[in-house]
Amino acid sequence: MTALSTSPGTRRTPRGPRRTAPRLHRRWDWVGLLYILPALVFFSVFVLYPLCQSVWLSLWEWDGVTAATWVGPQNYIDVLTEPDSRKALINSFVFIVFYAVLPAAIGLMFTGIMARIRIHGLTFFRTALFVPQILSGVVVAVAWRYMYAIDGPLNALLGQVGLGWLATAWLGEFGTALPAVGSIGTWVMFGLCMVLFLAGAQRIPAELYEAARIDGAGPIREFFTVTLPGLRREISFALVLTTTYALRNFDVVWNTTQGGPGDTTIMPSVIIYKAAFNTRDYGTAATLSVLLAALVLVVTGLVLFLFRDKEPRR
Amino acid sequence: MRSRRESVISHLILVIGAVIAVYPALYILVLSLSEPSGRPSALGVPRSFTLDNFAKAWTDGGFEAALMSSAFVAICVVLVTVTLSVLAGYALAWLRVPFGGAILGVLLIGLVLPYEGIIVPLQAMIEDFGLVNTSWALILPQIGLSVSLGIFWMSTYFRGLPRSLPEAASIDGATRLQTLTRVLLPAALPAVMALALIVFLYTWNDFLLALVLVPDNPDVQTAPLSLSFFAGNRKMADSGATAAAAVLVALPLVAMYLVLQRSFINGLLNGALKE
Repeated sequence: MTALSTSPGTRRTPRGPRRTAPRLHRRWDWVGLLYILPALVFFSVFVLYPLCQSVWLSLWEWDGVTAATWVGPQNYIDVLTEPDSRKALINSFVFIVFYAVLPAAIGLMFTGIMARIRIHGLTFFRTALFVPQILSGVVVAVAWRYMYAIDGPLNALLGQVGLGWLATAWLGEFGTALPAVGSIGTWVMFGLCMVLFLAGAQRIPAELYEAARIDGAGPIREFFTVTLPGLRREISFALVLTTTYALRNFDVVWNTTQGGPGDTTIMPSVIIYKAAFNTRDYGTAATLSVLLAALVLVVTGLVLFLFRDKEPRR
Repeated sequence: MRSRRESVISHLILVIGAVIAVYPALYILVLSLSEPSGRPSALGVPRSFTLDNFAKAWTDGGFEAALMSSAFVAICVVLVTVTLSVLAGYALAWLRVPFGGAILGVLLIGLVLPYEGIIVPLQAMIEDFGLVNTSWALILPQIGLSVSLGIFWMSTYFRGLPRSLPEAASIDGATRLQTLTRVLLPAALPAVMALALIVFLYTWNDFLLALVLVPDNPDVQTAPLSLSFFAGNRKMADSGATAAAAVLVALPLVAMYLVLQRSFINGLLNGALKE
């Protein structure tokens, strides 16, 4: 497939029906590959190759010292049947609710209220709402350990409003640890969703709202017929970002609960770390790595598919 | 009036949202500036003022070395990633590179792949290279993990530039590299800046790679890792010093963010949206 190529329109790009970029030359530009090569070397050596190795390792039982034993799919069966790794996978889905669904719902609800309002001081609000995105997960975890502490602000606030009997060590109790850690994710992500959706809503043409109102649409129908479809791309981007963050979460969980108390907040990433670097059970670690990567790819693909542009672009 | 009421409610929601988003960060700032005996009130009002906590964190936690190490790693990763991404993004956007579509497809994996998916073999590889507990153990993989974002970023931006730019240059007989450096790169400077900021942010804030790849060398431990160890060892015993340490780790980025917030937000939001 060298020399003269077919017309550019018949080339498929991995990103759907969008037209390929304008090109300068008609022939394949082999020298152009040299521009990509350095980046591709880094990517292959430090991402693709280890990824393939993860898949390969997941088919063996290995402690890093003695000879490895071929076990085929056994690691996968074990991971899916053992209680702690199953718990971790279930927790991942709980985290998707806290990290992705809740922030997106909060963002959408408030955007619906604000869609047609001229917002004063938008720059200020954007800056403030975005602060959680700037902080390292470790800083976030440390800050929230104080928020949730038994003598911390959350319990004090509950006391102020007469709900003092609810006060507890949120991260230390079996019943509250998972929602407490999950809520940290909601906090990290809700501002991003609000800023993203508000910006998107400002781009929806005002005529669409007027047309809806002439048709006699109330605020709720207006939200579902104008605002929501107009934000499809923003919603899809927000969900990809937030679900990926939810599934791979390590730093926040590790620095608040380390998976405890018991296994209430255990996550696949925590098991991977402990299996690989504490108990030296490489097979299990690699198996969960592969499952986690697959889960991220599947969920991302699903979101992109569900929220794809139905009409051709531009 | 309906719209006036809506406007008041909207701004009220925004104020509450902003307060919730900023409050935990402000609380540790106040805590870090408070004397142990004069804790802030539960709602965050300071009752005393001291810088002792920072002095304690700085000397006990080794944050001087940690911040320097983080800065070195992040700057190296940014410089290399941006350079490689500009080159590759240009080629994929403007040159008829064979397998261009397939290359972009493979790079797509890198956009969403969690570090956890590769951390076990990656650690073994870095150990084979003899690089564990050196800065290179972080720099090299971070470049590999950042270039896919960078390439998508730059190629999307280059594609959006008017065709006339490189065409005019090629008529003038400019080579590919001249076209890139003299014509396209100046036009893409805002995108390059935004990419640099975001890669800096991700590299600076990384925790897992640092925990696995430089666990035992205080001289190259990054700031978030030092904070994790510092906060873990003290078990909340000295909350003022721990809070001060957290402020130290966050401060460089927050300062950059306050100055360059438009680039940061546009970068984090728009870049990927264009895809």
